[in-house]
Amino acid sequence: MSADSSVVARELRKVYRRFVHKNQFKTLKSAIVSGSLLTDLTPDETFTALDGVSFEVKKGTTFGVIGENGSGKSTLLKLLAGITKPTSGSLEVRGRISALIELGAGFHPEISGRENVAINGIMLGLTRQEVAERFDAIVDFAELKPFIDAPVKTYSSGMYMRLGFAVAIHVDPEVLLIDEVLAVGDEAFTRKCLDKIGEFRRHGKTIVIVSHSLGLVERMCDDVLWLRRGKTVERGDPKRVVDAYLIYVAGGEDALLAREHGQGASAPEPAAPAPEAEGQAEPGAYQEGRWGGREVELLEVSLRDAADRERHVYVPGEAMTIVMKVRAQKTVEDFVFGVGFFTADGVSVYGTNTHIEDFTAKSLLGEAEVRFRIEQLSLVEGSYLVDVAAHRKDGTPYDYHRGLYSFRVKSRVKDVGVHRPAHTWSFSGGALLRPPVPRPELDLTEES
Amino acid sequence: MLTQLRTLLRYRMLIHSLVARDLKARYRGSVLGFLWSFINPLLMLLIYGLVFGYVLVVPRSPTVEPYFLFLFCGILPWTWFQASIAESAGSLIAGGNLIKKVLFPAEVLPVVNVLANLAQFGLGLPILLAFLVYERKLGWSALMLPLPVLVQLVFTIGLALLVAALTVHFRDIQSILAHLLHLWFFATPVIYAYVEVKPSLRAILKLNPMTHLVIAYQQMLFDDRFTDWRGLMGAAAAAVVLFGLGAALFDRLRDTLAEEV
Repeated sequence: MSADSSVVARELRKVYRRFVHKNQFKTLKSAIVSGSLLTDLTPDETFTALDGVSFEVKKGTTFGVIGENGSGKSTLLKLLAGITKPTSGSLEVRGRISALIELGAGFHPEISGRENVAINGIMLGLTRQEVAERFDAIVDFAELKPFIDAPVKTYSSGMYMRLGFAVAIHVDPEVLLIDEVLAVGDEAFTRKCLDKIGEFRRHGKTIVIVSHSLGLVERMCDDVLWLRRGKTVERGDPKRVVDAYLIYVAGGEDALLAREHGQGASAPEPAAPAPEAEGQAEPGAYQEGRWGGREVELLEVSLRDAADRERHVYVPGEAMTIVMKVRAQKTVEDFVFGVGFFTADGVSVYGTNTHIEDFTAKSLLGEAEVRFRIEQLSLVEGSYLVDVAAHRKDGTPYDYHRGLYSFRVKSRVKDVGVHRPAHTWSFSGGALLRPPVPRPELDLTEES
Repeated sequence: MLTQLRTLLRYRMLIHSLVARDLKARYRGSVLGFLWSFINPLLMLLIYGLVFGYVLVVPRSPTVEPYFLFLFCGILPWTWFQASIAESAGSLIAGGNLIKKVLFPAEVLPVVNVLANLAQFGLGLPILLAFLVYERKLGWSALMLPLPVLVQLVFTIGLALLVAALTVHFRDIQSILAHLLHLWFFATPVIYAYVEVKPSLRAILKLNPMTHLVIAYQQMLFDDRFTDWRGLMGAAAAAVVLFGLGAALFDRLRDTLAEEV
């Protein structure tokens, strides 16, 4: 193992064994009678979860693992965490490990958050002294100061996860393993977690991330491994691997093969929507990600409020601006900017682009800023995902960001649907209604 | 076996915290709370005292009078043993989340059960001693008490490891265990005195390490003497062997635990 590697895995194989359970009692009886208890504990069926996976993670880098469900991602993470042992192959991990696999595993519901933090910290390898030193930081991070002396069983699941995350992250590991746990709590807390992970990266810690959130993997990782049925499909540059994975997911194996043979210059339909397709993706087919040739690159995308501050929570009727920083290395003459909004379950809310609205592209060179301003967000309460893209008029993507950005609309009125048109009620004749007590919408301008 | 001991030493802080947590959480939410640690052995004593003192009155040798006190000397260590084993059987399954999701030394769980019950035993002991003082039974032999406690600790941990690891693979053990322990209880001279047993049966009772342990408690506390050194040594040897066996089996099955739990 070279000095600058944190993880070295060679030809990792993990075979899970299944025992046929209906024969258990027979097995126990015969095992005791014949005294062959150990030899009888042999499997009846096996399942290969990982099959010859090799990789190396350099110290201080972030390593992503992607793949479909059942591809062996979690098994790999369990091997790295030392929870299970590889069936064959070698695995070396250097430095203290903290695994964010199940947050708050081992919390005892009956005792207080305070005591659970102490015990959980010790479980994760801290000394009592270290736990005491970090206690305040942990509680602050979890934002649970008022509740820390209440039994954990009274916590909401979000509070529970927050406390679990806070403890795990304060173990100060040299190697951090993360399994799909960033979906905890609200946006604000998720962002806090991401910030903390960013801090880890800056401090030169090694991170291994398993995630279905391809945008996240692509943004954060230095190196990505794509697993399929326990085998490595591709490994390397995040953009390349994630693109390949997206094409595979969209078009299946044929597309992958076509691409490998250089026949897939234009990616299959779902990966390269036609210009008017923004906002028309099938519900359910919505999968976040990023792809495109990058002749025009979207460097930075932010959602801003009326005061031009970045914000992710809005009330209906507020103004919102999507700001895209774009860059073209060479002069581009055929380009379209587009945006699309989707509900959390992938239903299109609205989509448009500069081509649809009859702007004529002339030229783009160097860095530029594109602003898309919505005067009034006429949406009901909920979470919304945002697509932004730069592409050719024929739809060939330069840089397509699907669902990588999101915002939330909060409202005191719990109306239903998606769109809230500006409206009024009026009544005449025999209809008598008491008007509602005026309840102003939440004022979010002070929230970050 | 040595590696097992080392693991347990390395994680002593964790074990300590978990035992404390176990004791704290045990009666949380009940009105009498911690008092239950004292009430439990007393209630058990009351039941057996009623049944064998008033309902099923059998002629007893005067050496076991007062009977309820004699009973107490045996029931207290037996409760420790029995509760430890019964709880250990389910401990890995109950702690499945830890074993599956966190790098956690699984052997800690049964050991914590045994130690938490040892603590309960320790809480009951002053009550027993108080009764013994009241009945003018307590003597210097009681100072030898740490010996059987140590032997029983090793024995119980060994069996707890064995039962815990096997239960993961054969859940049946959990169901049958209560009955086996019940049988074991009657095969141990707790409610009767060893000397009252027919000599032919004594040969069988002698094979039971718990017999010698309970005799040790009864003699040291109740009779103010100790004569069964051979028996206690035998029990100690059995304890070491059982611990080795339990540790070895646990080690052998360790890798399958995370998958089978």
